[in-house]
Amino acid sequence: MFGAGGGTSSYQEVEEADFVLLWGSNAREAHPIYFHHVLKGLKSGAKMHAVDPRRTASARFADAWLGINVGTDIALANAVAREIIAADLHDRKFIDHSTSGFEEFAAHVQTYTLEYASSVTGVPADAIQELAHSYANASMAQILWTLGITEHHNGVDNVLSLCNLALLTGHVGRWGSGLVPLRGQNNVQGGGDMGALPNKLPGFQDVTDNSARQRFSDAYGVELNPQPGLHLTLMFEAMATGTLKGLYVIGENPADSEADVSHTRKLLTDLELLVVQDIFLTRTAELADVVLPATVGWAESEGTVTSSERRVQRVRAAVEAPAGTRDDHTIIGEVAQLLGASWPADTPEALWDELRSLSPMHSGMSYERLEDNNGLQWPCPDLDHPGTPFLHGWLWEDDLGGKERAPFSLVNHEGPKEQLSDEFPIRLTTGRALDSYNTGVQSRGYPSPIRSGDQLEISHLDAASLNLAQGELVRVSSPRGSVEIEVDIKTDQAAGLAFTTFHFPELIDLNLLTNDEWDPKSGTAEFKAAAIRIDKLTSGERYV
Amino acid sequence: MSDLKYTDATPDSDEREAVDYLVSDPPVRRESERWVISGLGRTRDTRHLLLPGLHQLQNVKGWISPGGLNYLAETLQIPAAEAYGVASFYDLFQLEEPEDGPLHHVCVDPVCANRGSGSYIEELRSEGHRVHESPCLGQCERPPASFVQMTGAENQDLTSTTSVDPQFFSGATSRLLRRFRTNAPTRLESYKEQGGYEALKSAIELGGTRVIEMLLDSGLTGRGGAAFPTGVKWQSVANHQSAPKYVVANADESEPGTFKDRMILENDPFALIEAMTIAGISTGCEKGWIYIRGEYTTAADRLARAIAQAYSAQLLGEAIAGSSASFDLEIRQGAGAYICGEETSLFNSIEGFRGEPRSKPPYPTDIGLFGQPTIVNNPETFLNVLEILNYGVDHYRSAGTPDSPGTKLFCLSGDIARPGLYEADFGITLRELLSNAGGVDGVLQTVLLGGAAGCFVSPQQLDVPLTFEDTKSHDLTLGSGAVMVFSTEVSVRDVLSRLAQFFRDESCGQCVPCRIGTVRQHEVLLQIGDSKADVENVALLEDIATVMTDASICGLGQTAASAVRSALTLGLLDESRP
Amino acid sequence: MSELQPTEIAISINGTTVSVDAGTTILEAARSAGVEIPTLCWASNLTPVNACRLCVVEMEGSRNLVPACSRECEQGSIIHTESERVALNRKMILEFLDTTNDLSESTELQEFIVRYEADSSRYTEPSQMKDATKIEDDLFVRAYDRCVLCYKCVEACGDDAQFTFAISMAGRGFDTRVSTEFDTPLPESACVYCGNCVGVCPTNALQFKKEFDLRQAAQWEPERQKTTETICSYCGVGCTLELHTQDNEIYKVTSPADHSVTAGHLCVKGRFGWQYVQPPTRRPSSPDMSS
Ligand SMILES: Cc1cc2nc3c(=O)[nH]c(=O)nc-3n(C[C@H](O)[C@H](O)[C@H](O)COP(=O)(O)O)c2cc1C
Ligand code: SF4
Ligand code: SF4
Ligand code: FES
Repeated sequence: MFGAGGGTSSYQEVEEADFVLLWGSNAREAHPIYFHHVLKGLKSGAKMHAVDPRRTASARFADAWLGINVGTDIALANAVAREIIAADLHDRKFIDHSTSGFEEFAAHVQTYTLEYASSVTGVPADAIQELAHSYANASMAQILWTLGITEHHNGVDNVLSLCNLALLTGHVGRWGSGLVPLRGQNNVQGGGDMGALPNKLPGFQDVTDNSARQRFSDAYGVELNPQPGLHLTLMFEAMATGTLKGLYVIGENPADSEADVSHTRKLLTDLELLVVQDIFLTRTAELADVVLPATVGWAESEGTVTSSERRVQRVRAAVEAPAGTRDDHTIIGEVAQLLGASWPADTPEALWDELRSLSPMHSGMSYERLEDNNGLQWPCPDLDHPGTPFLHGWLWEDDLGGKERAPFSLVNHEGPKEQLSDEFPIRLTTGRALDSYNTGVQSRGYPSPIRSGDQLEISHLDAASLNLAQGELVRVSSPRGSVEIEVDIKTDQAAGLAFTTFHFPELIDLNLLTNDEWDPKSGTAEFKAAAIRIDKLTSGERYV
Repeated sequence: MSDLKYTDATPDSDEREAVDYLVSDPPVRRESERWVISGLGRTRDTRHLLLPGLHQLQNVKGWISPGGLNYLAETLQIPAAEAYGVASFYDLFQLEEPEDGPLHHVCVDPVCANRGSGSYIEELRSEGHRVHESPCLGQCERPPASFVQMTGAENQDLTSTTSVDPQFFSGATSRLLRRFRTNAPTRLESYKEQGGYEALKSAIELGGTRVIEMLLDSGLTGRGGAAFPTGVKWQSVANHQSAPKYVVANADESEPGTFKDRMILENDPFALIEAMTIAGISTGCEKGWIYIRGEYTTAADRLARAIAQAYSAQLLGEAIAGSSASFDLEIRQGAGAYICGEETSLFNSIEGFRGEPRSKPPYPTDIGLFGQPTIVNNPETFLNVLEILNYGVDHYRSAGTPDSPGTKLFCLSGDIARPGLYEADFGITLRELLSNAGGVDGVLQTVLLGGAAGCFVSPQQLDVPLTFEDTKSHDLTLGSGAVMVFSTEVSVRDVLSRLAQFFRDESCGQCVPCRIGTVRQHEVLLQIGDSKADVENVALLEDIATVMTDASICGLGQTAASAVRSALTLGLLDESRP
Repeated sequence: MSELQPTEIAISINGTTVSVDAGTTILEAARSAGVEIPTLCWASNLTPVNACRLCVVEMEGSRNLVPACSRECEQGSIIHTESERVALNRKMILEFLDTTNDLSESTELQEFIVRYEADSSRYTEPSQMKDATKIEDDLFVRAYDRCVLCYKCVEACGDDAQFTFAISMAGRGFDTRVSTEFDTPLPESACVYCGNCVGVCPTNALQFKKEFDLRQAAQWEPERQKTTETICSYCGVGCTLELHTQDNEIYKVTSPADHSVTAGHLCVKGRFGWQYVQPPTRRPSSPDMSS
């Protein structure tokens, strides 16, 4: 967002906001402790509106739930923007001073009338209007989102459409107002911080930025490639075309987690070399030529991670790792040695200090300070800096300090790539359950009394027309494959919408169904919108 | 607002209907398939329907079934565990399926126990009836008291089933009881003929500031037990600018030996309505609540009818009596919990939470019902307001003493010739009061003054004037005005252990000193039994009394040892008595 | 938000003048002056219910003792935290609890019992809470014979943290219990197994199953235990975990109450999702890491 790769606000701010817009996020289950902060806010009087195709566990806490059609977020956001402008609720002073492109934006959203948005999103016009007014009138408002926004073929545009709303109302760059993308996985933020992005060096410095690159070259004594690399989806494309022949996978399980997973497995199998570094023999590791057994980062080794509020925190070894495993950094260092580089066998702290010398936003975060302060929020440029609770405060400075004003983005509604058809008339979307996590590699290990397994949640209306009973096993097919799964019939789910979790790939290979259409800007696949068909199994089939 | 997950138990059609009837605007409103309005605010707004909902379920089925509870809780968006926690707090709600037939609650507290409740219970049981041994039912003037809880029909209290007329007597000055004999309680016209609604008219003319000044000048103090100056209370609520504010009448009356508020509600309901309306318009409170104990069926019924008439006559609602003021009134029925008479516990009960007292400060005048500034008064206190407005401060002070002006209602019961409700000027002695009531039935052993939370009075102390100041200086209390008379035929040990059991049963259980202290006190008294209390037991009782009095959250625990202490002081446990 | 300028208030605690901001409780004021007051139902991350009354102190001019944990300081108050009267009250509260509950696994209460000379032998056959231990799943057990009804678990399950409300106080008086609706077994109730109730329980009435098993097997060895702070490996919120280990095995997970991310509360994954670093999955040392 306007040039920084993290959420703008601290968790604590949502406790003090008076309006919370939860968009495409079931934080109650996927980010439960963040949701505690939201609940504190609601308890002290904040209002919350939830935009989500399903009335999720989180949406049940909301003052209003808007049950949007899957993949129509931009239409809704643009209509909210149009309504805010039409009702003269936008913050003109902020817009004039701190943003650019407002006139074009206002003209651009003209066509997104409440009526049009209502017809596209399925949400009544009144509901959209009320949301627009509540958000604009709040003195402190937060927009929170997760994968419901990003796991679309146009996920980046979705995010931009929400940023527009913040710019329109000045709900950014101040304590209590902000934009909060919740990170789905531990240390996704940290990965980005450390430069595990195709176009970034550590500290979100651009690989194309000559002076930044020079600093790294000087420190490491090698020239760095100024070309951005490939993001995950492009890597798979490159595997498909044969230009990418070897892959080194650390702590990921794409053979289970990728959309259209049968295609992914084939690509992985066809590689000339697949190296997998993991704590388990995952499905991906099973396909590997070399497996490098690693220690468990958070319980068997030392280091740092970064959270969704940009807080860098220490992880520590609590138990001894099993024999034969090594810390990730040790393995990487030794691989480097074997490849002929002379990387010293540094401690995690020494490696961290090296990072601090190269990434200005981490410079002030010594291990000692991280420990004393329960972590620090970047940017934290020097040892006296307290860390930064919220970003973009400069937008509110009288003098913008030469920074470019924050631009409005012109984005349009496209809808999911995969259209519903007579053959595949039902929209499938996916998400997480409270007690489970991703492909279940870690979460399967403990005996959760509330685990129900993956089920296909469908509307009672669809159940009636398909003549299905609660718990009945059905066949679900998409253009890419099919699986068998039990149905869970919901009385408050919209007709034509199906939902499932994807935590038990060994039992039900749900990503056989999902769509791998991806966002050219982020490389994220459209997990959230596939077209499917549900077929009743004949009794004979059922017992095969 | 919570994750709501209910078990599979479902309601039957009667239960469903009962709940649907009650909740017309549920907290989850489905505007369309894609738009649902809900949230914490709406849940908060309807939670007070929990208690009436539980009453409905109890009444339609004779118990609160898991399916019924689930349905009510889900309709109101209340977690099932919390709804259960509330239901299980009250004696009048059964949570296991009972046998068929009405449930007879029969009072076993000292007065009724000495006057035939034991044999009545045996009789009922031998006839195959279900009986619940109940704490005082507030009908002590006609023992043994009972209350019949029905399924699918109106519950019945003694007023509706007995032919014994209410007994009330005024001495020289008949004030609070002035309309009792001549009034047709549920006819507004009758009330007006007797001067009703004149006070409201004056109050509207005078304006709130002047009304409160008059209350302050009158020296009126609360009759619910704590004797707090009423004018100060009203003033403090009037001073709050925040809205909404509330007026509450505390008619939970469950102090053993007390039945005056029931008499007021049964015989002069409009007086309470008028006085509460005056409180509302004088202090800027928009709504009043009357909390009546659940066993007072007739009183609640008459009050409801009176309220309906007041609404039709524009004496409630908007533009009251031609003024610009508005005031609404709603009744809530308790469900068998003495503690709900404690004002903050009463708030929790109305709000749909467990009737556990809150800690004070903050006081109700700052943070009361629904967290808003609230006046709570006893019905008798409210009736005094009418006297002050109708007859003036000077007239009001012409009875009683300078520090206890006016008159007081006394509830006489037990071994006395004419039990009943007596009005007397403050300053009357116990001796005079007893003789007004025809004298002791037998030889006087002791009087329990002020209810279970009161003190024993010895025959030597009968000349203490009954005023707040004199009782205080003699380490006594007027409490609720209960006067329970015990002749030498009565075993004080039994009375004491019954009182101790009362507190044990009625403790809300929130704080350790009272939850466990009341049990230990009862246990020690039972162990002493007929033998003389030894030094160790007396010391233990003394320590138990200290911690209950010093460290309990509310008045229940703080006074749970007072009768026992006074009995020890008077030596009532010394020698072996009958 | 309008920030009210805090006004200073001066009070005397055991003869020493302490000056604090308006709104400070007596407990906080005392702690700031180095005076310890025992507590049981109070916790820094929960709303005070002031139910146990162990923290009562004497405030001159007040008829009753006042609960230090929740009473705010008033200008000029004179407080005595260890007077004879206070000590007697605490002794009685401890005797009451000790005659009612099994307090053997609460080291803190055991210390208080000694300090205040609580003597439970004065009571003959006192009624007790004799509830059988509830073992309904593999994550934690509920031994309500140890429950002092401090409300902490109910608050943590309710609107002080988790907003699940699977448990509530039910019943009244001495029969009050922490309960689900109709005593429904936890797995069928609304419980989401965040374990936040276990995290706040002061008496070990609520106990992680692993700890319970160790104690049952007489393998509970406090000298061989340690605690390590780290960060949860699941979602990206970054909750601080305290991993409690005995002999290289995790037996419970908590979170520090004073931490801004968690305020001491966790979700089911952070609290219980560590099993995969334990035997049989990863330990004893076998590089066979079949998942
Ligand atoms: C355990 C307990 C029970 C009480 N019961 C009643 C009651 O039934 N009626 C009542 O008016 N006050 C009762 N009170 C006193 C109320 O808390 C409150 O002081 C009173 O209603 C105030 O009204 P007043 O100022 O008109 O007396 C009770 C107090 C306690 C501690
Ligand atoms: S003193 Fe008794 S009734 Fe009052 S709060 Fe404590 S336990 Fe409840
Ligand atoms: S179970 Fe523990 S936390 Fe809950 S009330 Fe009992 S003692 Fe307190
Ligand atoms: S710690 Fe203060 S009452 Fe329990």
